[in-house]
Amino acid sequence: MINSILAVSLNLITGYTGQLSLGHATFMGLGAYAATLFTLKLHFPFLAALIAGALVAAFFGFIIGVPTLRLKGDYLAIATLGFGEITKNILMNLKITGGPMGLRGIPKVTNVYIAAVALFLVIFSLNRIMNSRVGKSFIAIREDELAAEAMGINTTQFKILAFIIGAFYAGLAGGLYAFLFRYINPKDFGFMKSIEILCMVVLGGMGNTYGAVLGAFIITILPELLRSVSPVIAQYRMVFYGLLLVIMMIVRPQGIMSAQALEKKKYKSSLEKGGL
Amino acid sequence: MDLEMFFEQLINGLTLGSTYSLIALGYTMVYGILELINFAHSEIYMVGAFVGLAMVTVYKLPFAVALVAGMLGSCLLGIIIEKAAYKPLRKANRIAPLISAIGVSIFLQNAALMIAGPQARSFPSGLNIRTLSVGSVHISTLQLLILVISIVLMVGLQFLIQNTKLGQAMRATAQDKEVAQLMGIKIDSIITFTFAIGSALGGAAGVLVGVYFDSVDPTMGFFPGLKGFVAAVLGGIGNIPGAMLGGLILGLVEMIGAVYMSRYKDAIAFAVLIIILLVKPTGLLGRNVQEKV
Repeated sequence: MINSILAVSLNLITGYTGQLSLGHATFMGLGAYAATLFTLKLHFPFLAALIAGALVAAFFGFIIGVPTLRLKGDYLAIATLGFGEITKNILMNLKITGGPMGLRGIPKVTNVYIAAVALFLVIFSLNRIMNSRVGKSFIAIREDELAAEAMGINTTQFKILAFIIGAFYAGLAGGLYAFLFRYINPKDFGFMKSIEILCMVVLGGMGNTYGAVLGAFIITILPELLRSVSPVIAQYRMVFYGLLLVIMMIVRPQGIMSAQALEKKKYKSSLEKGGL
Repeated sequence: MDLEMFFEQLINGLTLGSTYSLIALGYTMVYGILELINFAHSEIYMVGAFVGLAMVTVYKLPFAVALVAGMLGSCLLGIIIEKAAYKPLRKANRIAPLISAIGVSIFLQNAALMIAGPQARSFPSGLNIRTLSVGSVHISTLQLLILVISIVLMVGLQFLIQNTKLGQAMRATAQDKEVAQLMGIKIDSIITFTFAIGSALGGAAGVLVGVYFDSVDPTMGFFPGLKGFVAAVLGGIGNIPGAMLGGLILGLVEMIGAVYMSRYKDAIAFAVLIIILLVKPTGLLGRNVQEKV
C-alpha cells in the first residue's frame, strides 16, 4: 500500500507531467526522517507528524525542483539522482539523523487500515487534481511542452507544482513507512528504491493512477511470490526478478494499463471510421 | 594542504578519473546513438573485472592477457545484452528500454552473486609494482600503468571514430539514423558495434580498477557505474571528448575534495555535477540543440 502511494506520486511527476525523476525515494526518505524526528524529539502525535513530514518533503520538492526543472529530459533525471545521493550522504553524516545507524525506537502505528485510508485519500485527491485545470496543464506539458507554453501555460511553474505535490505524497508514504517498520536508515531511500518506484510506474502503465497501483502491487509481491513457489526459485529469485522485468518490457513496453496506449487506440479507431 | 600532498592527490585523482572516463565512454557512445541510459553498463564493467580475475587466478595468465580477455568478455556480453534486451524495444517509448536495462542490471548482479558469492576477492596482478619518489611525492608504477593504458585506449577510440570509415558510419548514425540508413549504412550492425566497443572499454576499466584497489566483487559496479554516468553527463552526454574530460574532472574533484571533507566524498561529485548542469544545462562540451515544433 505504501509502495502504491509512492508509485502514484511518482506517476504524477513522470507519468502525467512527463518529467523523468530518478530521485523519488529522496522525498520518501525526507518525509520518513522528518516525521520520525517530529515524533521522537518534539512528541508530535502520529497524524501531525505524518503531515509535518509530508510538508517537509514538499518543501524540499520545491527547493530541489526550482533549479533542476529548468533542465530537460535525461539531464533532469541525472540532476534528481544527484540530489538524491547528496541527501543520502548528508543523512548518513548528521548527528540528529543517527548517521549510518539510522533511527530506531519509532512507535508502530501504521497498519493495513491506515495505509488503505491514506492510499484512498491520495488517489481521491489526485483524481480531483487531474480533472482540474492544473491536471490538464500537466498532461499538456507531457504531450508537447512547446505547444503547452504557446497555449499560455507557465510550464516551469506547473512542473514545479507537480514536483511539490509528488514530493508531498512521497513524504507521506515515507512517514507511513517509518511508523510501520519502526526503523529507518539512509540506505532504505537510495537510488535503488527510486528505481524500484519508477519500475512500478512504468510496469503499471505511465499516466494511469490505477496502473501505478497495480504496478506497485506486482513489484512488491513478485519477489515474495517467487520465494514461495519453490525453494530453488527462492534462492535465485532476484535473478528471475531481473529477467521478468526485461521480458515484461519486451512483451508490453507501454506498461499494463497505459493512458497513452488507450488514447492511441481511440485515435486509430476514429481514423479507421474515416475522420476525426 | 602542502604541495606534495596536492601532487599525490592530483595523480590519485587522474588515475581514478581515467577509469571513470573509460566507463563514461561506454555510456556516452550508447547514448549518442540510441538515447538510452545503459544501466547495465556497471554490470558489464563488473563482469569484465571477473573475467580478468579468472584469467589471472585460474589460468595463471599474465596481466596483459587478462586485460584483453576482460575486454573481450565484456564486449561479448554487451553484444548479447543489446540483441536480447534492447533491440526488441527500439521502436518503443523512451522509458521501456530504461527499465529493461535496469532489469538486465539486476539480473547480472544477482547472477554474479550466485556464481561468485558475495565476498570480495583480491586481484593479484603479478606485476612488479614499485613506488617512484620524486622529491617527497610518491607515485606507484601501477598508477602510471593505469593512466597509460587508459590514454592509449582513448586515443585509439578517438582515431577509430574520427579517421576510419566505420567511425564515420558511427557518427552518421548518431546524427540521424534514418538518413544514415538511406546512405547505405547498416545501422543495426553499427549499433551492435557501438555496444561492443563501449562494453570493451568498460571491461578494461573493470580490470584496471580491480587491480588498482586489489578487490573484485559482484556489487563493485554500482558506484563506479553511477559516477561514470555522472562523468558522461558532466562532459555533455553523447560527446566523446566530453566523457573523457568529465571523467578526469570528476576524479580530480573527488580526490581533492576528499582531503577537506572525506565524509562527503560522494556528495561532492554530485554537487559539482548539479552546479555545472545549472550553469551549462547540456554539460561542458554538449551542444545546445534547439527544440523544434
